[in-house]
Amino acid sequence: MSEVKFNDETLAVVHNLMRRYPEGRHKSALLPILHLAQAEFGGWLSPATMDYVASILNIKPVEVYEVASFYSMYNLNPVGKCMLEVCRTSSCWLRGADDVIRHIEKRLEIKVGETTADGMFSLKAVECLGSCGTAPMMQVGKDYHENLTLEKVDELLTQFTNEDKHSRYCDANTYRKN
Amino acid sequence: MGKKLLLQNDNVPGIDTYEVYRQHGGYTSVEKAFKMTSDEVVEEVKKSGLRGRGGAGFPTGMKWSFLAKPEGVPRYLVCNADESEPGTFKDRYLMQRHPHLLIEGMIAASYALGANTAYIYIRGEYFYIVNILEKAIEEAYTAGWLGDNIQGSGYSLNMYVHPGAGAYICGEETALLESLEGKRGNPRIKPPFPAVKGLYACPTVVNNVETIAAVVPILNMGGDEYAKIGIGKSTGTKLISASGHIKKPGVYEIELGLPVEEFIYSEEYCGGILNDKKLKAVVPGGSSVPILPAELSLKTPTGEPRLMSYESLSEGGFVSGSMLGSGGFIVMDETTSIVRNLHTFNRFYHHESCGQCSPCREGTGWMEKITHKILDGHGTLADIDLLWDIQRKIEGNTICPLGDAAAWPVAAAIRHFREEFEEYVSNPSSIVDVKHYYNIHNLVEA
Ligand SMILES: Cc1cc2nc3c(=O)[nH]c(=O)nc-3n(C[C@H](O)[C@H](O)[C@H](O)COP(=O)(O)O)c2cc1C
Ligand code: SF4
Ligand code: FES
Repeated sequence: MSEVKFNDETLAVVHNLMRRYPEGRHKSALLPILHLAQAEFGGWLSPATMDYVASILNIKPVEVYEVASFYSMYNLNPVGKCMLEVCRTSSCWLRGADDVIRHIEKRLEIKVGETTADGMFSLKAVECLGSCGTAPMMQVGKDYHENLTLEKVDELLTQFTNEDKHSRYCDANTYRKN
Repeated sequence: MGKKLLLQNDNVPGIDTYEVYRQHGGYTSVEKAFKMTSDEVVEEVKKSGLRGRGGAGFPTGMKWSFLAKPEGVPRYLVCNADESEPGTFKDRYLMQRHPHLLIEGMIAASYALGANTAYIYIRGEYFYIVNILEKAIEEAYTAGWLGDNIQGSGYSLNMYVHPGAGAYICGEETALLESLEGKRGNPRIKPPFPAVKGLYACPTVVNNVETIAAVVPILNMGGDEYAKIGIGKSTGTKLISASGHIKKPGVYEIELGLPVEEFIYSEEYCGGILNDKKLKAVVPGGSSVPILPAELSLKTPTGEPRLMSYESLSEGGFVSGSMLGSGGFIVMDETTSIVRNLHTFNRFYHHESCGQCSPCREGTGWMEKITHKILDGHGTLADIDLLWDIQRKIEGNTICPLGDAAAWPVAAAIRHFREEFEEYVSNPSSIVDVKHYYNIHNLVEA
């Protein structure tokens, strides 16, 4: 991974985000900026990335660490280029989520929480993603894949290519240029 | 066909764009509001009888009238779009298809509250909806519905979307405010309530997406007319997220007071149980509310038809009733293992506890361990009593209601389905589900 530094376009968005909150309250922008950083710098938050975010917001690094470790979307360790997040809560379980998870585990030869040896796929079992009416489902990047069948899962796994676009769930274009 | 107030234009192509939305009467409620004083708008909402659609059902007009108004201190409206209660997906549906309805409601509500800044706090997993909302907000700015001196009214409002990052607890309003301030989502001790000290210690109203959207039809038709829809103190319409073993899962707008039986079996709504199996149980209002066995889902303890309303669903208290909650309606057929369903909930609450209070942090962990042990085939009768004991000790002893929300599903599952738990612990090898669970976890060969 190259140097941890946003390009000018993203940096402009970061400063816009900070202006969304009142004078002296720019720390509010921490969560959205961490998302931008995670998407930009390899799909996870390394200590260097978190320190960089702290320096932008002019807050103590520990203020970033304590937040990053609280929220489930922030990865504190490297993950595969393509993270499969399968919902396992009630409504999805009722409609076969366990079969989906087991199928992926078998096909990729990894268990929940692991990454394939080639660094391509990570598998995560997650809690309700608000897609219970189209269960079972999984999220990859910002996309929801709904009404899954095992065939559909196979198709998707074949489609996902060896690019890191799957972790780019947000970028400079996500936000309005206010 | 039931009455539609929020989803009436659901089939109009392009209703997510400003042009089409405006052609179909969009933003008229704001025009109406600007002809009224802010207090008059609050009064209309009071008259409508609207109750919070986020889960607690607190009267919205009353909440608005509690907002403190000290001189020179800004006030905020924060929309709760964290939607993470298992079984609930109606806010996502509304924001994805009708973003301008939410924005319009936000403008009218902010005007009523005298707020000049409004935030939409949306769960981070909904990033694709952040794009949709950002685009719609941009359109609203361009058309002059946001920004300075809106439509020449002298009223100004800025609106921003703020993504969370994966934490159910941030749906709790004070945790949400902490999170919006860039901190961990630990709920605050109340009082002070957000109406007095909310975002940045300023007076703040937090309302659910659907609550805010409902302000639009209320202002358009008038509070009195809105109050005529629905039944008793359950006025208006409600979005129900229907999932589980039904033929037609999805989001349905119902007039409050619709019989549960009609909702489950009629073609207009769920279309009956999947594969024509028998109904076993319903969780009518999101994972936190008590589960009801089939007979108590369809009929109240006194034998009356059970209705989709705040009052009817809670009839019988926790002994034989439940709650409307967020309207997350989860249906289970006769083959469903109640123990295993409960385990998914226990795991969920343990995962989502913020860890501030010991009864919740420790209790949710123990409850997950015990249902796990029972499903592993190693449970004992004493474990069932232990589960009961733990949930009782969590309830009412925590900073925020997540503790209660974790306790109630356990209590209700044991109360109504104790025999099933006993079967699991006394004869585990006979239970297909236990074997299935073994397979899933690769504890034995498939
Ligand atoms: C653990 C917990 C999670 C909650 N999650 C949500 C949520 O995702 N969305 C929501 O609108 N309200 C949620 N609430 C309720 C909010 O605290 C608050 O009551 C609600 O946003 C008020 O809006 P309303 O009056 O319009 O319903 C949650 C409450 C608790 C205790
Ligand atoms: S009840 Fe649970 S979630 Fe709520 S404050 Fe206490 S520990 Fe946190
Ligand atoms: S239970 Fe899986 S998306 Fe809600």
